[in-house]
Amino acid sequence: MEYEVVIGLEVHAELSTQTKLLCGCAAEFVREPNTHCCPVCLAMPGTLPRINKRAVEYAIKAGLALNCDISEYTRMDRKHYFYPDLPKAYQVTQHYHPLCKNGYIDIETEDGVRRIGITQIHLEEDAGKLIHDQYETESLVDYNRSGVPLIEIVSEPDLRSPEEGRIFLETIKSILEYIDVSDCKMEEGSLRCDVNVSVRPKGQKEYGVRSEMKNLNSFRAAHRAMEYEVKRHISILEEGGEVLRETRRWDDNLGKSFPMRTKEEANDYRYFPDADIVPMYIDKEWVTKLKEEMPELPSERRERYIKEYDLPEYDAGVLTSSKALADYFEECLTLYDDPKNISNWVMGDILRITKEKDIAHEDISVTPKQFTDLLRLVDEGIISGSIGKNVLEDMFDTGKDADTIVEEKGLKQISDEGELLEIIRKVLQDNPQSVEDYLSGKKKAMGYLVGQTMRATRGKANPQMVNKILKEELDGLKEK
Amino acid sequence: MELYKLTIHEANELLRKKEISAKQLTESVLKRIEQVEDKIDAFNTITAEKALEEAEVVDKLIAQNEGISSLAGIPMAVKDNICTLDVKTTCSSNMLKDFIPPYDATVIERLKRENAILIGKANMDEFAMGSSTENSAFKKTKNPWDIERVPGGSSGGSAASVAADQAIFSLGSDTGGSIRQPASFCGLVGLKPTYGRVSRYGLIALASSLDVIGPITKDVTDCALVLNAVAGLDTKDVTSSSNPVDDYTTALKDNVKGFKIGVPEGFLDNNLDDEVKNSIDKAIKLYEKLGAEIVDIKLPHAEYALAVYYIIACAEASSSMARYDGIRYGYRAEDYKTLEELYKKTRSEGFGSEVKRRIMLGNFVISADYYDDYYLKALKVRTLIKEDFVKAFEKVDVILSPTSPTSAFKMGEKRDPMAMYLSDIYTVPANLSGLPAISLPCGFDSKGLPIGLQLIGDLFDEKKILQAAYTFEQNTDYHIKKPIL
Repeated sequence: MEYEVVIGLEVHAELSTQTKLLCGCAAEFVREPNTHCCPVCLAMPGTLPRINKRAVEYAIKAGLALNCDISEYTRMDRKHYFYPDLPKAYQVTQHYHPLCKNGYIDIETEDGVRRIGITQIHLEEDAGKLIHDQYETESLVDYNRSGVPLIEIVSEPDLRSPEEGRIFLETIKSILEYIDVSDCKMEEGSLRCDVNVSVRPKGQKEYGVRSEMKNLNSFRAAHRAMEYEVKRHISILEEGGEVLRETRRWDDNLGKSFPMRTKEEANDYRYFPDADIVPMYIDKEWVTKLKEEMPELPSERRERYIKEYDLPEYDAGVLTSSKALADYFEECLTLYDDPKNISNWVMGDILRITKEKDIAHEDISVTPKQFTDLLRLVDEGIISGSIGKNVLEDMFDTGKDADTIVEEKGLKQISDEGELLEIIRKVLQDNPQSVEDYLSGKKKAMGYLVGQTMRATRGKANPQMVNKILKEELDGLKEK
Repeated sequence: MELYKLTIHEANELLRKKEISAKQLTESVLKRIEQVEDKIDAFNTITAEKALEEAEVVDKLIAQNEGISSLAGIPMAVKDNICTLDVKTTCSSNMLKDFIPPYDATVIERLKRENAILIGKANMDEFAMGSSTENSAFKKTKNPWDIERVPGGSSGGSAASVAADQAIFSLGSDTGGSIRQPASFCGLVGLKPTYGRVSRYGLIALASSLDVIGPITKDVTDCALVLNAVAGLDTKDVTSSSNPVDDYTTALKDNVKGFKIGVPEGFLDNNLDDEVKNSIDKAIKLYEKLGAEIVDIKLPHAEYALAVYYIIACAEASSSMARYDGIRYGYRAEDYKTLEELYKKTRSEGFGSEVKRRIMLGNFVISADYYDDYYLKALKVRTLIKEDFVKAFEKVDVILSPTSPTSAFKMGEKRDPMAMYLSDIYTVPANLSGLPAISLPCGFDSKGLPIGLQLIGDLFDEKKILQAAYTFEQNTDYHIKKPIL
């Protein structure tokens, strides 16, 4: 039987506000445990929360970027459960009246653009963190993260494959980076997601029974978990079994999911309004102002690259996939005005190097100035393109400027006709067979001789000149 | 004259005239505590040493002819659910038996700024759940008018300490009548200000949408003086109001001519003790005589107030109590093998039975299956009750009723929780609607026990109830009588 996959995602993104959601503690990530907490975020008796307006603003921005309606009336609720990382034993969140509703984003898939619905975005506080591995029988709690503002972005069950799920996550991440409301650093836990997966026979209207996996902290894990669940569901159905409505735990090391709890065992969170935080009436003018101040979104930027810089759709898509990369590209453009050449180098070489060296786009160490200086060395024929690629790698490793590396390593291109002629004559002398082959009509031998010449100069020979001189010399021999 | 008998305004006058020192006053109160505390059991903690140090500071100010505030050098008792920096704040619960807050409640900060002197932390029903102070985990406070009787609750220690002259005034908290009912049982003036008039920061929450801090005093003038000190916006409490604060002493006028006093239909019928009814009838007549107009009003949804109150108060309490998990502070059970066992044992051992009862009731009414039928419905009825009052205040200036259906009852008399809950019937509507309400003495029954009169005002209109109360007080002498100890 053919099955249709149905996936819904919940993305939790920490907002990059300076202070926490309900108190004045710094929200930044710090390693020293329990240094960013106060009586309020430790839930000492008698303390009261104060909502961070900036966090509300960031959540509204996210709502606008994801085409949501911004609620005029919104309110915080309490979600109750006991866990040592949750000091009040309830999380301040939004259950009944979320801040943003009814949005969507367009994602680019192989089958073209797909519109994915956003059910809601709500504002909530993060919990602290348990540390289990320091002592055998005790766990420690770090409350630095307790109360850091989060938004939870809930998608409609509109995604039809794990691949679409992955693209959705990347698109969300890119948008949040563009509007600068979240660092989106997965390794620091500032972006996490829950996935809901079900499958149904193709053509069936009702959804299949879904399973949920919580707190996946990398896109790769999320993608693998979705793929695994899809396969698991299908194989259960194929065997005539029944999928259980349950929450499962994803073990990324084993690449498997395990049952955690069924619906019957699920917590009753006893949601109810938080009377310590007054309901919020969102001023329309404020929303309008935020809308006007909205930075360019990835899709807008992509369009602009195609129109303004005449870049192919593919290039524009890659360059704008992360804000940091696009910003880098544009900074290069202010120093060097060949967009396509920058694009080729960024997509080909910079992305290859950052991937190999696991460097985030924000952390590209070669400055746009250094990079465009390198491009100029190639353009001016001072070094060849292929040497340029090696120089770029050296620049990443050493931080040195291109001309310094060229100088130090003696990589300057040999464009002196006399010097090249001498080398080429030597090459011809050493390879009589190839010369004979060429003269007898085997044009391929020319390539070999060019290669030998480049080798003799360790790649420094100006390739156009090598071609020209070689041809002249060989043609000269022919005439004899 | 024993100094401990003084009111705030009497003591202030003597201090200003340098006829007494703050140290003498504090010593007198401490001596009184030594004499009667064994009988009354009003305090969980007595801060004698600190109090004397603070008194000396005030005396220095007086000696330097610095102007002093109305509360400077005045010894006060503070209910043990209001956080005091470096002084144990226990909520009369084993859960917080040794809890010492690293911060002052905003009201305490304000009173300290006025140089009021903390003399001790007053006993209460555990986490303010109760109407008799019998639910304290530590001790049972006695009513100074009859030590076999309860002082009321939950601010029983706050009321008993003032009635027994162990403090010149006290602070209580009122979620469903916890200031007014004990004030009534102990023959004192107790004010529940408008919700939001006084910051709740540092008040250990029972029910966030209902809790208010207020004064318990020997007379109405003192009540206005304390309110002046504690009222006002606090940025630490977003539910506190930016509504401008009056000088409440300007309301201390002996005049109710033209005042329209509403008496709710049916309020003086069922469940009301005859002697209480008599006193209330007499009070109504006195007001008429003084030139007020008595107006019959209807509060059609008031009969649901008690049910609505216990649903909302328990729902919020169950949430407020959640943080006492034994992880970061407070009591933690000793023997446990798993996290779940740590939670269960800590909470089973740390909380008393009334707290557990309300946690269970509260969790039930906000559970997914019952939320709509109980909690949500209660919220809707709460809105109707509020609207009743809005309509009533279109016609009247203040609303009059008894504070409690009876005078102080005997210890152990109300073993059925429902019977205990019924004693809040007149007080909870003001909490549900956020309205200010005052209780003041309006007579004594045949057993010699004080009876309280409640006046409810419109939102942020504390001045009218203070004026009506002051006028009543000026024309009666119930507030002057003291219990014999």
